[in-house]
Amino acid sequence: MNWLLDLTPDEWNAVRLSIKVATVAMIASLPPGILIALLLARGRFWGKTLLNGLVHLPLILPPVVTGYLLLLTFGRRGPAGAFLAEHFGIVFSFRWTGAALACGIMGFPLMVRAIRLSIEAVDRRIEAAAGTLGANPLWVFATITLPLILPGLIAGAILSFAKAMGEFGATITFVSNIPNETQTLPSAIYTFTQVPGGDEGALRLTLISIVISMVALVASEVLARRVGRRMDIE
Amino acid sequence: MTLSVDISHRLGDFAVEARFESAGRLTALFGPSGSGKSTLINLIAGLIRPDKGRISVDGNVLVDTAARIFVPMHKRRIGMVFQDARLFPHMSVAGNLRYGRWFTPASERYAKMDAVVDLLGIGHLLDRRPAKLSGGEKQRVAIGRALLASPKLLLMDEPLASLDEARKAEILPYIERLRDETNIPIGYVSHSVAEVARLASDVVVLSQGKVAASGPTVAIMQRLDLLPAEERGEGGAVLDTKVMRHDEAFGMTVLGSQAGEIRVPRLAHPVGASVRLRVRARDVMVATEQPTGLSALNILSGTISAVRPGIGPTVEIAIDCNGATVLARITEQSKQTLRLALGHKVFAVIKTVSFDSATTGVGLPAEADG
Repeated sequence: MNWLLDLTPDEWNAVRLSIKVATVAMIASLPPGILIALLLARGRFWGKTLLNGLVHLPLILPPVVTGYLLLLTFGRRGPAGAFLAEHFGIVFSFRWTGAALACGIMGFPLMVRAIRLSIEAVDRRIEAAAGTLGANPLWVFATITLPLILPGLIAGAILSFAKAMGEFGATITFVSNIPNETQTLPSAIYTFTQVPGGDEGALRLTLISIVISMVALVASEVLARRVGRRMDIE
Repeated sequence: MTLSVDISHRLGDFAVEARFESAGRLTALFGPSGSGKSTLINLIAGLIRPDKGRISVDGNVLVDTAARIFVPMHKRRIGMVFQDARLFPHMSVAGNLRYGRWFTPASERYAKMDAVVDLLGIGHLLDRRPAKLSGGEKQRVAIGRALLASPKLLLMDEPLASLDEARKAEILPYIERLRDETNIPIGYVSHSVAEVARLASDVVVLSQGKVAASGPTVAIMQRLDLLPAEERGEGGAVLDTKVMRHDEAFGMTVLGSQAGEIRVPRLAHPVGASVRLRVRARDVMVATEQPTGLSALNILSGTISAVRPGIGPTVEIAIDCNGATVLARITEQSKQTLRLALGHKVFAVIKTVSFDSATTGVGLPAEADG
């Protein structure tokens, strides 16, 4: 156990950074994730297939390609990156925020899928009943739809978190592998495997990454079950 | 309260074109399935936007396509009880009941939680989840939920259709109580003669998307030709009666009506209670002389006020008994043998055992609140 927890400061930083990046990526993608899932589940508009394809693109493209595209758009000289840096002081390239952006985008299709499925399972007649009781569409969403899709929301969030914990290709392409700034767990493990005598460190971080993923998975199971029991849908 | 509807709406190759006005306590929209009654109630509630037309309640316009007015459903203050109760599965019964209160302006909240819970006998269910309720309990909670939003009009879309007979009998008295003890006008969709005859003050008969007839229940129920084919056997006169006394020795109840005293199997209602009695036309025999040596206990005298052709070999005879009309369905042969014609003095004979809970109704259970 001591051997496992006896981490160097750089290794600790990689663990902390990974958790921070994954958490921020998960939380930041929830609002747009819910919105896009709603659009895909219920919207009827021109270009829906296109939007669906766009959302799923990171799942199909090689991660390096996604990372490179991010670099082109959100890099310092990229159109979005330059705009954000100039007007809001938000810089993505070679920062941990860039890692969070890359992780969020890579996990986005998984999150949207899970939420979309749970929205499609909601009985819209129950929402109509809430409408006749005086709730406007926004209230119906907040008091009926949202609680009913909570299990799907949790599943989607955990999937996104887990994907972020493991994301490597897009992150390293977009924000490189800078210790204490963008070196997440997978990047740190990769670095260890590239230097002589790094096996021990790689194994330690691998075990830690397994533990974190398992804890996240079990937590989501427990949470989803508790929500499901509270709801007791026939 | 006056509900006035004049709309036309097309759904695929089915069209609803309805125009009626009603000011009744409980207006039934009556017709066979596919007659457009549910579409109509969804149009009134605002769940569907009509292609063309106008709907208003007490002069407040809810829809007027010509003036481009469409009040969204959450602003209509129209309570809705659906066939499937549609309770919120993630809330307790109490949570469901309280839901509509949030959205009702405080000054317009006339419904009181305790009173509604009492009225519907659901006090013992408040902490339960909807999934743990029986069909009848769910429907009572759904009614309570709609009431507690303090609606200006309550619409019920076949609230009993998905329940078995026992559950129906359990809920009907509560709906009667709702009609008699609150001031909310009710619109009630049904395809059942028994429910309409028992509950409605006014009836709008729908057939293939159009209004076939509308008027007071007692008058409309006389028109057997308006009933859907599968319900025609249930058709007959509707009499408003009062419990005169109970005959404990023989297990009967004597009801007083304008047409005379009628004996029915023992009812649970107390003496003096109002009972709306449906006398099925097929259960009524016609005699030209006062019958003797007959087992039937109810013999009402009157004069023939109408003779109408029925279905197949039958004719419908309307007998005016002291101002109340009783309908009899007999064969064409009997009519000719007895030489029945307008204005003849006859006797209507009804067996006591032909009355059942479907035609007399049952009172509230003694301990409804459990």
